[in-house]
Amino acid sequence: MKYLHLIWASLFRSKTRTILTLVSIVAAFLLFGLLDAVRTSFAQAGQSANGAQRLQTGSKLSFIQLLPQSLQARMVGVPGVKTVTYANWFGGAYQDPHNQVFSFAVAPNYLDVYPEMAVSDAERKAFADTRTGVLVGEGLAQRFHWKVGDRIPMQSTIFPDRSGSKNWAFDVTGIIHSTDKKASGFFDQMLLLHWSHFDDTTPYNRGQVGWYVTRVGDVNQADRVAKAIDALSANSDHETRTQTEQAATASWVKQLADIGLIVTSIMGAVFFTLMLLSGNTMMQAVRERTGELAVLKTIGFSNASVLAMVLAESVLLLVLGGVIGIALSEPLIPVISHGSNGMLSLSPVGPGSWALGLSLMLAIGVLVGALPAWSAMRLNIVDALARR
Amino acid sequence: MTPLIEIRDVSKIYERGRQKVEVLHHIDLDVAQGDFLALMGPSGSGKTTLLNLIGGLDTPSGGSIGVGGQRIDNLGASALAKWRASQVGFVFQFYNLMPMLSAQRNVELPLLLTKLSGAERRKRAAIALELVGLADRASHKPAELSGGQQQRVSIARAIVSDPTLLVCDEPTGDLDRQSAEDVLTLLRALNRDHGKTILMVTHDPKAAEYANQTLHLDKGTLVEQTVA
Amino acid sequence: MKIWVSLLLILLLAGVLAVWVILPWQGALVLAALFAAWLVATRSGRRAMSVANVGISTLGQRLGSSAVIVVGIAGVVGVLVAMLAMAEGYAETLRKTGSLDTAIVLRGASAAEVMSGLDHDSIVQIAQTAGIARDAKGEPLASPETVVAANLPLKDGTADDEGSVQLRGVGAEAWTVRPQVRIVDGRRFTPGLRELIVGRGAAKQFAGLVPGHEIRLGSQTWTVTGVFASGDALESEIWADANVVAETYERGNSRNSVTVRLANPTGFAAFKSALEANPQLKIEASTTLDYFSKQSEGTATVIRIIGIVVGTIMAIGAMFGALNTMFAAVAARAREIATLRAIGFAGLPVVVAILIETMLLALAGGVIGGATAWLLFNGYGASTMAAGSVGKLSFELHVTAGVLWQGLKWALAIGLIGGLFPAVRAATMPVTAALREL
Repeated sequence: MKYLHLIWASLFRSKTRTILTLVSIVAAFLLFGLLDAVRTSFAQAGQSANGAQRLQTGSKLSFIQLLPQSLQARMVGVPGVKTVTYANWFGGAYQDPHNQVFSFAVAPNYLDVYPEMAVSDAERKAFADTRTGVLVGEGLAQRFHWKVGDRIPMQSTIFPDRSGSKNWAFDVTGIIHSTDKKASGFFDQMLLLHWSHFDDTTPYNRGQVGWYVTRVGDVNQADRVAKAIDALSANSDHETRTQTEQAATASWVKQLADIGLIVTSIMGAVFFTLMLLSGNTMMQAVRERTGELAVLKTIGFSNASVLAMVLAESVLLLVLGGVIGIALSEPLIPVISHGSNGMLSLSPVGPGSWALGLSLMLAIGVLVGALPAWSAMRLNIVDALARR
Repeated sequence: MTPLIEIRDVSKIYERGRQKVEVLHHIDLDVAQGDFLALMGPSGSGKTTLLNLIGGLDTPSGGSIGVGGQRIDNLGASALAKWRASQVGFVFQFYNLMPMLSAQRNVELPLLLTKLSGAERRKRAAIALELVGLADRASHKPAELSGGQQQRVSIARAIVSDPTLLVCDEPTGDLDRQSAEDVLTLLRALNRDHGKTILMVTHDPKAAEYANQTLHLDKGTLVEQTVA
Repeated sequence: MKIWVSLLLILLLAGVLAVWVILPWQGALVLAALFAAWLVATRSGRRAMSVANVGISTLGQRLGSSAVIVVGIAGVVGVLVAMLAMAEGYAETLRKTGSLDTAIVLRGASAAEVMSGLDHDSIVQIAQTAGIARDAKGEPLASPETVVAANLPLKDGTADDEGSVQLRGVGAEAWTVRPQVRIVDGRRFTPGLRELIVGRGAAKQFAGLVPGHEIRLGSQTWTVTGVFASGDALESEIWADANVVAETYERGNSRNSVTVRLANPTGFAAFKSALEANPQLKIEASTTLDYFSKQSEGTATVIRIIGIVVGTIMAIGAMFGALNTMFAAVAARAREIATLRAIGFAGLPVVVAILIETMLLALAGGVIGGATAWLLFNGYGASTMAAGSVGKLSFELHVTAGVLWQGLKWALAIGLIGGLFPAVRAATMPVTAALREL
């Protein structure tokens, strides 16, 4: 665009003012980048191509209630079911009861249902062959400096062994690499031990299972299969509730907090103050330049083109600051995920957030520039020139 | 020969609040192609107003103005803007250059309204700067130029799209003696060697000597014509 | 030379801010009093005031740009106060649940009640330990309790939307151990029957928790007989007879915890040593105040950190907005300021005057932001999965005086930074150049 140079030069006519305003815009959109990453991470939790094929079955009574292991054989027989695996919450903690570790006692075929967890064949075999073996997520291993071959002590905050001691010991047989970048934080921080060893060692489990995970053959049949699974235990003393992984995660997230509401409210306050600030800057800019705008009109620039130029300037200001802001948030996101020790696994700023951000920049740019642009358009040439 | 500019019975009334002030009364004037006309008169005589009307910056309250056979008194704002872009070049007392643009870019401004390519625009601007003797200052910003140099850049801008008419409002009003002479010499050369029609408002009789006709305005009416 | 001055300024600023961060409100009042005294008593103080007065009286002409500072800072303070109020409300609700004269006994090395498990023998021994208050019949005021989770449909969701509520099976002594719990609707549950009472908070979150209604827990039907209130975290729970709950959840005779009332309000240490002296018990005891306070720490800290991070980024935006406005204000009044300095006003009164103006605007922003947050959010109901429990905890945001003071501190700090550099510019710009500008 041939007018770009003129618009750019007009924007930086007062360098101090423009740069100070830009920093404020950068700050606002930096916050947007971070908060929108949080919002989308929570909104998309549990939504993945692989997740769509998985159903979670838990006790209808409560999430801490256990299910009989015998249910597995019956579930496999339900039409549409490809694989059924199970897991128990181990309640592990390392060195301090408050240093919680995401630890699960799992069935031998657990990894088959989670292709996102990549473990080398050699390590899979080592795990299968070692009763006290564990597979550890990459991030978790890094956090506590564990290597394959280490014998690590682990407490269970819930389950003691037969002697009453809550201290368990495991052998690290392999590392889990997460192939799903979006949910990487979660798989990265997991520890998997053998269910059989767990059930044998603690007297409190008694052959029960925490929950089942089922892989369905056809994603479109998921709901039907879920209902069929629940029908197996209807009216028994261990009624089940089966949901798609997405529904189960969404329900869990919803109970945590209404993240969407909080994020939207904060960003509302941020953008409101931003509009006032940039609006003020644009009004000042136009007021200072009435003479120059009048000269443009004398040269032959139409009223409409002057309006367009001021609007373009305003949008350029917002887009410049906004793009820098969101770009700055990108390297910060992994820092936050890392710092939360796996509690938050934030996805990087995706095209959705960029699209939303850009539309906000455009909208705010237009809104903020509307009044100054209109007054520039209506500027009377003769009066403005006479005022010089 | 039909005059380039035909002004018939033109009046201009300004409304300040509830007061009506008649600044120009029934002006009749012809300006021939290639004329260099000086317009003089005491302050408040309406000379700037007349200039603004001829240049298409304002419309008369009564009467008609024709330039090059086209009536401009009945054009709307955007039509006038278009007309100005191709027909008129302005030179102001306070130069009115864009402070954030280089001399080259300043001169190119009117060409942004044409369909010329970037390279074409640069070429024409360079030629205009050459004409006013400032080719070596093309990349300087106005703050880096003296008053006289800024005015010459402003003249380059005024002629770059080859307009029919050059309208100058006190072009030497803010310049020292030497710079004023340079500017006036330039204007005269543009008129004599390149045939530009020039209308110049001035209060300096010495400046008026460079023109080949002087008109006097007093209280909104033409008083006398002196031919140089 | 300029660079050293700027560096010195930044160092000075850092020092002032470090002190400001830890200053309690009494300290600020003392500072304010001292400053007011300086303004009135010294000559340069009075000069500063007169310059400031001129600036303040012309604020009306610069409404737009002044609004930028006020609204920008109000935004920062509003968001910060809201987040801190959330953390405060959450922590308070949990803290209030405990007291110094009741203790909770769990299995050793349990991070929370729900993870602990005590067998019948241990429970009997715990109840017999010295230090527990006794009732008129000489029975110890000890309530062995079972804590489990129950899935119930949420009030504001589809029929399929379920949430988890913490179900507490309580012993007969539960009422004497926790006297703050009182029935506000209906009646207590009958021991031995599938009846339960629901806390006020739980009744707000879940559907159908109304006296007389029946709800399904798993495959069994229970009847709601009453609603209780306690003004703390217990209100988010539903209660029933421990024996019936244990049967439903197949816990047999074991319980999660024993909560006791101490005979002597300061007798916790003695009680604890008595417990630890028993070689057959592998337990952990703490006052309920201690226990619940610790439970709240993690989440409350997370909320506070989020508030501070968000607030900081917003504050940067507001600060640059203030810098912009004040630099422009100083530029616009360059001639006045230069004239004053030409007359003989030294740099300091000019600096102080500009700072006064900026900080007054900042103060206005802080007050407006805090007041808005208080109006909108104080008492606002929220809920989350509480750490250490298995049910949704309902709590209310609490905009305390402490939280408002924090917000005000931030506002004034932003005002100080945003006004300092323009103020110094005003005091040091070349007088002759400014006077020449027409």
